[in-house]
Amino acid sequence: MEPLLKVENLRIELTTRAGVAPVIDNLSFELGAGESISFVGESGCGKSMTALSIMGLLPEKVGRIASGSITFNGEELTTASPKRLRDIRGNDISMIFQEPMTSLNPVYTVGEQIAEVIRAHQGLSRKAAWNQAVELLDAVRIPNAKGRVSDYPFQMSGGQRQRVMIAIALACEPKILIADEPTTALDVTVQAQIFDLLNDMKRQTGASIIMITHDMGAVAEMAERMIVMYAGRKAEEGPVEQIIEHPRHPYTRGLISCVPHIMSSISQERHALTEVPGIVPSLSDFGQNRCLFASRCNMVTQKCVDERPPEKPFANGQKAACWFAEEV
Amino acid sequence: MAFLQKFLIRTLYAVILLAAVLVLNFSMMHLAPGDVADTISQSMGGADEEVLAQIRADYGLDQPFLVQLGRYMGNVLQFNLGYSFFYNAPVTDLILERLPATLLLVFTAQILALGIGVVLGVISARRPNGIASHFVTMLALFGYSAPVFWTGILLLIAFSLKIQWFPVAGMRDVTIEGGFFTHALDVARHLVLPVITLGSLFLALYSRLARATMMEVLGSDYVRTAKAKGLTEREVVYKHALKNSLSPVITLAGLQFSAVISGAVLVEAVFSWPGLGTLAFQSIIARDTPTILGILFFSALVVIAGNLLTDLALRLVDPRVGGKR
Repeated sequence: MEPLLKVENLRIELTTRAGVAPVIDNLSFELGAGESISFVGESGCGKSMTALSIMGLLPEKVGRIASGSITFNGEELTTASPKRLRDIRGNDISMIFQEPMTSLNPVYTVGEQIAEVIRAHQGLSRKAAWNQAVELLDAVRIPNAKGRVSDYPFQMSGGQRQRVMIAIALACEPKILIADEPTTALDVTVQAQIFDLLNDMKRQTGASIIMITHDMGAVAEMAERMIVMYAGRKAEEGPVEQIIEHPRHPYTRGLISCVPHIMSSISQERHALTEVPGIVPSLSDFGQNRCLFASRCNMVTQKCVDERPPEKPFANGQKAACWFAEEV
Repeated sequence: MAFLQKFLIRTLYAVILLAAVLVLNFSMMHLAPGDVADTISQSMGGADEEVLAQIRADYGLDQPFLVQLGRYMGNVLQFNLGYSFFYNAPVTDLILERLPATLLLVFTAQILALGIGVVLGVISARRPNGIASHFVTMLALFGYSAPVFWTGILLLIAFSLKIQWFPVAGMRDVTIEGGFFTHALDVARHLVLPVITLGSLFLALYSRLARATMMEVLGSDYVRTAKAKGLTEREVVYKHALKNSLSPVITLAGLQFSAVISGAVLVEAVFSWPGLGTLAFQSIIARDTPTILGILFFSALVVIAGNLLTDLALRLVDPRVGGKR
């Protein structure tokens, strides 16, 4: 069966003052209906760019899809007309952003901002859309939805605003929901509530979720499959449990070892927090024909510097782009 | 009614401010050398010290400063701004007769400058390298550097003398007969050049600010959200971005009210517009203290009213200003 979303050999180029850099370099992945997939990686590894390219919202004149294809339900998105993309955005594919404090328009009520997307895609009347906005606000568990619907964003907390964003994103019952670090700006207890909410919503609407994060805990909580990105390339892909249990890429292994263990706090002895040594390569180094992680890798050999490693598939569905994936 | 309470407090402040303006104006005029007695004696062809003293005694000018100030304030409280010896008429009548002409000029210029400025700003913000954008930059340069009276005279030469599209001076043509619309059209024809002259400076200010804020807003997170909702470009720009970029422009326009009025003095002088500006100009030359004070009082009133209006407009545009919580 054809997957819901299929990304093939995607290359996104960003024009900077220093020149053109491939911020996404030969990325392929698939997303099935009702599936949850998670993108993990450090800042600048191309997670958000992937999301924006699916939405057709790459920054104008700066970023562009250089090659590759994105198909949604068999329809090619990279060549679709702006009008067609507008029809899909917010309707079939919608997105929640990282910054709930600034992602809502300060001068319109939250009800108007929810109702607006319903009117745009479902052609409902003002009144019907407004009523539906109240229902959605109730569905994302904002108490006294009827009273809060005419509040302005500045009258709400960060967690409530993110709930409003979720209500907007789910208003048209999308097939795919992209969540770009939806809880990064929120405190931990609110994070857990938002994850609960997203999971419930997913169960109710059957939407597929693409979750972008750098929080391994969030991955374990939300996703079935994960993709680890490094410097615009896919480092590793596979089912979440298997990757956490046995990563096949040195970078993934490093990321997982960075997560402090809850058990360690019980023992008397305090473990130092581990980190992945070194820093992410600069944009100008992107796209070179070598392993971009080599400078930070403790298993590095001459081969890693000479040639970009291909993706090696494993029997359990894991794939890793490392010359020594079997040995990791 | 928090809103009403706030409005009352603002009005109270406005009254206090107005009283302060009165005291300051009166003191300044008092400090300046020369008084009405000099002017009157000059028009009589000169007078000796005795006559001058007589005139000063007649008009109460020989009283101590505080007494004069107290009398003046008391009169203003009764809406009596004094009597103009130069025009031989009560100052209040003089001003009320000319106020409409000035208000017409000032508000038309302000509103047009604001409206066109915002539109130009939006267009040029969407295409930072387009024709409109370059036009705004040029306009700003011109508006900032060209003095109002110079622009006015230039426009007069071009469009009244060379190409006779618009009348040279005044506000209406007395020879015209007809109904309301004929007269309105006549006034409008007279209004064109003064409004362009006065408005161009402010148009430059507003379009530049509108361009800058609009560019900032177009890069904001909520505009990205609006795009992610699948709204059309038009909805994104004119619904989501525009309303957010209006507040700074409205604030600036409010602050510029005083500048518009002082600009009006020059423009009215150039175009012989029968407004407060011309009156101010003539009364300053004639040392007609009561009239000058009256005009200063009224321009303070207009500025304060303009600020109140600005406040109201900001509340309409941005719900955060009202502090609705």
